[in-house]
Amino acid sequence: MDNGNIIEVKNLTKMFGKFTAVDDISFDVKKGEIFGLLGPNGAGKSTTLRMLSTLSRPTKGTATVGGYDTVKNDTEVRKLIGIVSEKMIIYNRLTARENLWFFGSLFNIPKDTLTKRIDELLELVQLTKWKNAQVGTFSTGMRQRMNVVRALLNMPQVLFLDEPTLGLDPQSSVEIRDFIKKLNQEQGTTVIITTHMMVDADLLCDRIAIVDHGKIIALDTSTNLKKIISGGDTMIIKLEIANLTPDLIASVKALKCADAVTQENSTRLHLIVHGEEAFDNIIDAVREKNGKITTMENLQPSLEDVFLHITGHEVRDSADQKIPMQQGPGRRFGGAPRRVR
Amino acid sequence: MIDMTAQTILQHSFRIAKKDLTELFRNRLGLVLLIVMPLFMMVMVGFIYPSNGTISNLQVGLVNENSGYNSVFASQSFITGLNQINNQTHMLVITNVNSTAELKDMVQRGQLEGGIVIPSNFSQSILSGEQGTIIIVSDESNPQISATIQAALSGVFNAMGQQLAIHNVLPLNATNPLAVVQPYSIQTQGVVSGHPSYFDFIAPGIMAMTVMMSVMTGLPVAISQEKEIGTMDGMMVAPINRLSILLGKTIAQTARGLIQGCIILALAIGIFGVAIQGSILLVFALLLLGVFSFVGLGIVVTSFTKDQETAQMLMMTLMFPMMFLGGVFFPIQQMPWYMQDISKILPLTYASDALRKVMVLGSGISQISTDLIILIVFGVVMIAIALPVFKRMMTR
Repeated sequence: MDNGNIIEVKNLTKMFGKFTAVDDISFDVKKGEIFGLLGPNGAGKSTTLRMLSTLSRPTKGTATVGGYDTVKNDTEVRKLIGIVSEKMIIYNRLTARENLWFFGSLFNIPKDTLTKRIDELLELVQLTKWKNAQVGTFSTGMRQRMNVVRALLNMPQVLFLDEPTLGLDPQSSVEIRDFIKKLNQEQGTTVIITTHMMVDADLLCDRIAIVDHGKIIALDTSTNLKKIISGGDTMIIKLEIANLTPDLIASVKALKCADAVTQENSTRLHLIVHGEEAFDNIIDAVREKNGKITTMENLQPSLEDVFLHITGHEVRDSADQKIPMQQGPGRRFGGAPRRVR
Repeated sequence: MIDMTAQTILQHSFRIAKKDLTELFRNRLGLVLLIVMPLFMMVMVGFIYPSNGTISNLQVGLVNENSGYNSVFASQSFITGLNQINNQTHMLVITNVNSTAELKDMVQRGQLEGGIVIPSNFSQSILSGEQGTIIIVSDESNPQISATIQAALSGVFNAMGQQLAIHNVLPLNATNPLAVVQPYSIQTQGVVSGHPSYFDFIAPGIMAMTVMMSVMTGLPVAISQEKEIGTMDGMMVAPINRLSILLGKTIAQTARGLIQGCIILALAIGIFGVAIQGSILLVFALLLLGVFSFVGLGIVVTSFTKDQETAQMLMMTLMFPMMFLGGVFFPIQQMPWYMQDISKILPLTYASDALRKVMVLGSGISQISTDLIILIVFGVVMIAIALPVFKRMMTR
């Protein structure tokens, strides 16, 4: 911990039978950092998080949290951490207070301290009014706030969040994000967050590890990750064509300079291209099919573009095999499928 | 360092048990079922089981082909006797049928459950000093009913034969003609006074079964359910011993089982008139011992099932043989020897046997010591197997 790292991961591997979910990854997380694991479903983010939070035993490699080995010193690690997982860890038939009391009592916190802390936490997420109502009657947003403060009962040094905004409406997502940010700034809590939401990663994380197929394929700050695109000869282009047809899309996709083509709506394409001739080539291809270009714009790269750029554009990730592509207006299709939003 | 002493483990497990029970008591439907399930079980098993004298209103056809002999109709007195006795027992509902062929047809149609045929030479046989033969047409698709008709008829014949014999020996001037005709009589005397009903037999068995099963089925379901909704992770990341989770869940399920056991006991005493001869404390001690002997098995099942559905199916598979081979509903002695051998390795057999001895026969601890020792040994062995298995499962 002298080097400022609160988490150190070395050659961590998890296999389920013959399937390698996490493939020999190594990284460090600095104390006080918000660290994001970004990737499609099935990339191995959650499994990594479960190993770090002592819930799963690594097949190979080691991980330490606060200097303690997650396997050999699991009890010490557990005292330092809190987890918010994709599945909410709250009991619907218990009231808000009872839920917090139950989980708090497992940490051997003295009674009066625990009482005080529960009141504070409920106040913090504006649930004081509902403290004696059964959690089953809450809205999803309220339940997720409960779920988050539940993880804070032991005042953890490290907070693990697994897809904390999944299934939440935009407003609740913003609330949760703000709360995490506040916690990190005021308490100095180190936060490890997994997400497949580019927005979450972009707005929250100090550093982001892009995970695909169990491997970390890029790790840097959001700004630096974007430089991978803006620094090279890759461009992001928004292309609006009044009479967009599948035939036209196919011919754009067939272009050598096009790395990824996604359809955003009935007239708009989103392209990742490279090379000096890219603009010309695209215009030629569209013209050849009698396409009418209404807008052509060079965009600032987003994390999503970075992701598409690095992972390549062939269909090869497990998320796509699990969720069949939906065709229709407003749905994207093309070289790089909808693996990230 | 966190204090991992037995006391902390117990404290944590009590909190988990309390949480589980709070959830249970807030589940209205679950609570109702908790009471209704044993009630159904008692009522159904208690009333449906064909015990002596309970069979009634069997649809039976009567064919009288008897043509008489020298204008004497011996069949007439038989029919009168049959009716007389049937009026007392109501075992049969007798319909007159014209011919044997018609009778068989009606049995095949399902209109009748069997038939009695008086052959044409009945009177002739009796009057010429031969045995009178009556033919029973039985429905082979239901051996139990055919056996019942035979039993009913043999009762009729017995009574008729007795009456005839008494009439025949009257001229001998015996003080008790019956003693001449039937010199031996049987009287049954139980170990305790009163006439135990079938309920007395099944109530202890059902109690033992419900309580023990609640742990064996409840534990895997409760744990796999928490794994499925994800709340198990919340307990797993707390710095508590894994044993606390297991123990807490076991305590909660035991409490649930004992509540059900008490309900069955109350129903048995209040509604079904079951009397408890032995010590009620011993009854509860036995139920707890039964739970203990099943915990290990429950943990093993828990460790091998990933989701609730599999857990439930596996439990059903294990439960059925136990229910029927454990001597809960039927006496073990009436099973073939190989089935008896299987039932001897099931802990439920010993628990229900011991409980029955205490409740019906008023046995004390020393009289059921064999059962107790087997239950304790079984429990200890199963837990010794279960704990390492469980530990491995928790850190998968």
